[in-house]
Amino acid sequence: MQLSYKSCKVVENINVFEDIYKLKVEGDYDIKPGQFFMLKCLTEEPILPRPISVHDFEDGYVSFLYQKKGRGTNIMTKLDVNDEIKLTGPLGNGFHTDNIKGKIAVVVGGIGIAPMLYTVKNLKGCDIDLYAGYKDEIYGIDEIKNYVSNIYVATESGKYGYKGYVTDIFSPFEYNAVLCCGPEVMMEKVVKVCRNYATPVFVSMEKHMACGIGACLGCTCETKDGNKRVCKDGPVFYGRDVFIGA
Amino acid sequence: MLKTNICGIEFKNPVIAASGTFGLGEEYSAFYDVGRLGGICTKGLTINKKEGNKGIRLHETRAGLINSIGLQNPGIDCFIENELPKMKNMNTVIIANLGGGSIEEYIEGVKKLNASEVDMIELNISCPNVKSGGMTFGIKSETAFEVVSKVKEHCKKPLIVKLSPNAENIVDMAVKCCDAGADALSLINTFKAMAIDIYKRKLVFDNIFAGLSGSCIKPIALRMVYEVCSNVDVPVIGIGGISSYEDAIEFIMAGATAVQVGTANFINPMICIEIIDGIKKFMEDEGIKNIEEIRGIVRR
Repeated sequence: MQLSYKSCKVVENINVFEDIYKLKVEGDYDIKPGQFFMLKCLTEEPILPRPISVHDFEDGYVSFLYQKKGRGTNIMTKLDVNDEIKLTGPLGNGFHTDNIKGKIAVVVGGIGIAPMLYTVKNLKGCDIDLYAGYKDEIYGIDEIKNYVSNIYVATESGKYGYKGYVTDIFSPFEYNAVLCCGPEVMMEKVVKVCRNYATPVFVSMEKHMACGIGACLGCTCETKDGNKRVCKDGPVFYGRDVFIGA
Repeated sequence: MLKTNICGIEFKNPVIAASGTFGLGEEYSAFYDVGRLGGICTKGLTINKKEGNKGIRLHETRAGLINSIGLQNPGIDCFIENELPKMKNMNTVIIANLGGGSIEEYIEGVKKLNASEVDMIELNISCPNVKSGGMTFGIKSETAFEVVSKVKEHCKKPLIVKLSPNAENIVDMAVKCCDAGADALSLINTFKAMAIDIYKRKLVFDNIFAGLSGSCIKPIALRMVYEVCSNVDVPVIGIGGISSYEDAIEFIMAGATAVQVGTANFINPMICIEIIDGIKKFMEDEGIKNIEEIRGIVRR
């Protein structure tokens, strides 16, 4: 397979809410839902590109929904329209949406909603419910609502929806499969509850990366089959392979 | 113009992908024909399969990267059976980087590699990320002498010894390794380093210490290569933060026969090719017909 490493032009970089941003760049790619790109600003520092999942892709534009967290994402927030940014990708396995059928639950925590817009758009013929958990403010839901049947929200502050964790309101009872992205502790809980119903869960993992292509072995996670590379063997794993003790 | 010979092995050019940063070549083949490289050093290989270290493995610093991978690899047998045939089709020099926890393990590894199609062996006595062996053999010159002598007795391929900057005395280390029979030297491996997460009030790495690489170490690596080249007669492969053709030329002018590019591959996956093209253009612009004209030119 050929991979590209090239400059892309920024067409939008907006502050969605507090520390959440949306970056849109020009780029024509063949992207699978759940894949990611390594993004590198043209500044010398920080030196490494950052792995960011594809939020949406249409008409030659790739969007990323990201949270300002450290040096890498902080410098990304400063990108202006018409600036260039280097993209390597698309990378990783992604969700195999062709094999996912029936009634589907998408369970996300915070910025874990990022890969799910493009994913639900590609879950053809599925009946999808979204369960989204946040600390306080909600984001990323408006664009996704046209593609899902029901949305269940939980906030830790109680500002919107149920007061508490999204895992408190989620039950896999009626679903054929669950797609999950968020903090590891949340994903582990989802895997645990699904185990009782024998419902398959696909989790999208996150790790610090250096190469993003499977060469450096810096982003491995433990699985039932030994260490796997989140960047190349993942980021999507079968939940019970990763959360073995769940 | 760029052809380079190390211990009778011909390299198309003096740019080699460094161990641990290039996997087994396959990943970067998605970007370019890796047959354009002078050579590829494999990920560090050990007799038995290793899962590597637990916990955080990467930590970026200013102009550098600290890693604690811990020699995760499929084991030499699996490498020879499944990976080496693919690498041999890449049409470049294949250097097997050999790690080990004891002299016996190194010898066992060398015997297996002798019988394989690898072109050269790079003996890793400088990995700071494994508890036994690794860098512990690369601190004291006397210890290194013993390991290299014993390995050399069994080694039928050209033997490169990869040195640690954490050696007590890098020049003495280099000389002793040559006395022990090293056919070539490569330096430097990573610096022993550490990092602290101030919000968690904890060490970043489970192993406390880890290896620092990247352009922040380049000036020190260059100094070490310069010093070693002045004191040994074997070919020296310069490593340490090389991320541009200018860096590579500096190492060659200091006396290096070839260079290895490591961390820079993560910053720009095309960097090895850009360095090769850059060296060529530099030579054309400067009227240099053969790279030998500038090798070690600054030495006094």
